[in-house]
Amino acid sequence: MGRAILLTTLLTIDGLGVRHDSRDLVRGFSLAVGRGEIVALMGPSGVGKTTVLRVVAALQAFDAGHVIVDGFALGPGPIPAESRLRPLRRRVGLVFQAHALFEHLTALDNVTLALRHVLGQNRSEADLLASKLLAGLDVGSRASAWPRQLSGGEAQRVAIARALALDPPLLLMDEPTAALDAARRTGLGTTLRRLAQQGRGLLIATHDTEFARDYADRAINLVSAPRPADAR
Amino acid sequence: MNGAGAAIGCVCCIALGLLTQHGQSRVLVWGGDAEGGAPFVEADPGDPSTVRGFDVEVAARIAGGLSRSAARFVQVQWANIDQSVERGDFTLGLSGVEDTPVRRARHAVTLPYFEFREVLAVRTEDRDRIRGLHDLRGRRVGTLGATIAYDLLLSVLAASFKKKVSYDDDVHPYADLVAGRLDAVLLDHIIAQRALSRTASHGDEEFVILPAAVASGHYVGVLARRDSALRDSIDAVLREAMRDGSLEQIFRRWHVWDDSQGALFERVLRPGTTAGRDGDVAAAPARAIAYLPSLARAAAVTLLLSVLSMSLAVLVGLGLASGRLYGPLPLRIVTTGYIELVRGTPLLLQLFVIYYGLAGIVRLPAFLAALLALGLNYAAYEAEIYRGALEAVPRLQLEAGRTLGLSEAQILRLVRAPQALRYALAPMTNDFVALLKDSSLVSVITVVELTKQTAIYATNVGNWVVPGLLCAIVYLAMSLPLSRLARRLERRWGGRSS
Repeated sequence: MGRAILLTTLLTIDGLGVRHDSRDLVRGFSLAVGRGEIVALMGPSGVGKTTVLRVVAALQAFDAGHVIVDGFALGPGPIPAESRLRPLRRRVGLVFQAHALFEHLTALDNVTLALRHVLGQNRSEADLLASKLLAGLDVGSRASAWPRQLSGGEAQRVAIARALALDPPLLLMDEPTAALDAARRTGLGTTLRRLAQQGRGLLIATHDTEFARDYADRAINLVSAPRPADAR
Repeated sequence: MNGAGAAIGCVCCIALGLLTQHGQSRVLVWGGDAEGGAPFVEADPGDPSTVRGFDVEVAARIAGGLSRSAARFVQVQWANIDQSVERGDFTLGLSGVEDTPVRRARHAVTLPYFEFREVLAVRTEDRDRIRGLHDLRGRRVGTLGATIAYDLLLSVLAASFKKKVSYDDDVHPYADLVAGRLDAVLLDHIIAQRALSRTASHGDEEFVILPAAVASGHYVGVLARRDSALRDSIDAVLREAMRDGSLEQIFRRWHVWDDSQGALFERVLRPGTTAGRDGDVAAAPARAIAYLPSLARAAAVTLLLSVLSMSLAVLVGLGLASGRLYGPLPLRIVTTGYIELVRGTPLLLQLFVIYYGLAGIVRLPAFLAALLALGLNYAAYEAEIYRGALEAVPRLQLEAGRTLGLSEAQILRLVRAPQALRYALAPMTNDFVALLKDSSLVSVITVVELTKQTAIYATNVGNWVVPGLLCAIVYLAMSLPLSRLARRLERRWGGRSS
């Protein structure tokens, strides 16, 4: 049984503690996400959902516990040098709440940037793959648009395409439904299910209980996460 | 209350004094340039608050002849004597002022009281190779701006594209001749002899004055056009001084008396002589046109210098900004120190240090020195613009790059710098326009650029209106298209909205 879990578990967070200005942002938090699974990370604003995602994407240092992403382990202490994080970058994609598309690049080039400069693909290879990714997310027609010309929903799908460019098995999303109307939420849910069916694991930080209930396999509440008394 | 009243009264008295001082008929106020030095006018080594020199004594003799109680000296830059006398800063300009047709046409000019010769000075080792102006083809010749010598070089040498170098003072041309920056200096024989005695006192003579005079001219006093009656009185005093030998005594005291002065006095005193009164007015428009090609050339120098300096500033500025943002602590300290030092000291000082200060180590050509000084100075400002622009790129953009597996160098090159460029564009354009105008400072190290050429032109035609307008139009023609281009780029990069 333990062996089976090891094989299918994409993300393990164990006893995570993050402190900032001698205040606990996250304490003793544990979580696992398996392949083909959508896990909703729930909790009210400010509870540390985004912090957990940032720790997994190695954008934020943490003080206790450990994080394992598809066999790549992160420990407490400062964030390792970018050169040592290369294997992690191929394993995790992150869609920011604000999308953070590169303002100076078209939608297409937002997706091709990593293909060309990290994977070393040539321009036509990268363009072909990026066009497919955009088309698969229903924004193929917006390939040549600048980020400022995109609607909120379009920008989110371009951001998903960009995060999927390196084909990571684990996808993190921060408040994906924050700026979507009902129809768009349904569309997003369908897309996420499709990604999970492809064998990816999805960890979605959200306070949208309805969305979590409709599309997530499991919901973990960050506030009610186990807090051992000796965590300090 | 009483104190305040007394202070106000005091200020009123001073103001009244200032207002009426030129109207005082008892004191002759005269202007000259003590920076030109002995034997014309120089600060008295015994009492630097007073001046001495043969022109000082000539002024005193004139004041005495006019029954004025005293002659009071006003310091003015040599090239600006004509403009200042018309403005009323002083009554009489006297400081090696040359007799030229244009000056006669524009101002009230006295009798010639001294005859000078334009002589060539060359390095001692060149004395057999250079015997006259015709041997100076393709060589660099220095002189004072806005002088007969300058016009002489312009007319004789410019036709065959010779290089002339103009100075604002008469010390640096000879220093540059000895240093090898110039092949010859063409100036009045008095100035040349003084320079020679200065260098000779150090030991070997490093340059020689060629015996044959290239041309000759006269020193005169210059008054405002409206003061022609006073000018006639001064002429009478000068004639009297020539007759009674007091002028000769003055010149002998300053060791500038020679046979040609006696001949000049004789010609002036001959009955019926008006000594070239009423200048050649018709020549003025022709001269204005003659200056247009050099104005165009000077504009090209300004543009070339600005573009090259800005390119250097951008490159060095990028290095400084990255050093300050990404470098280890020692590099951050060094780059910060450089930026603060350069921004905290005047560009003029930096120009002098690079051109004259470094001359002992490396003898930079003037244009290169100007390029380096402007480029390295503006690099400090560019560095701060780039640092600010790089820091203004939102952190999320950099983190997005990180999650995609880009290295720090790739994030800088592909994400941070391109976005920062948009923030930097407006202040950079601003800086370039400022540099275009700051480039006028380099005339102090002999680079004749647009403003300097305009000043020479204005002094020679005796009028700032037309040259000033022309100059302004050329500067605007260079800076306006640039601002437009920058605005267009900004619109293309940043003006998109959904």
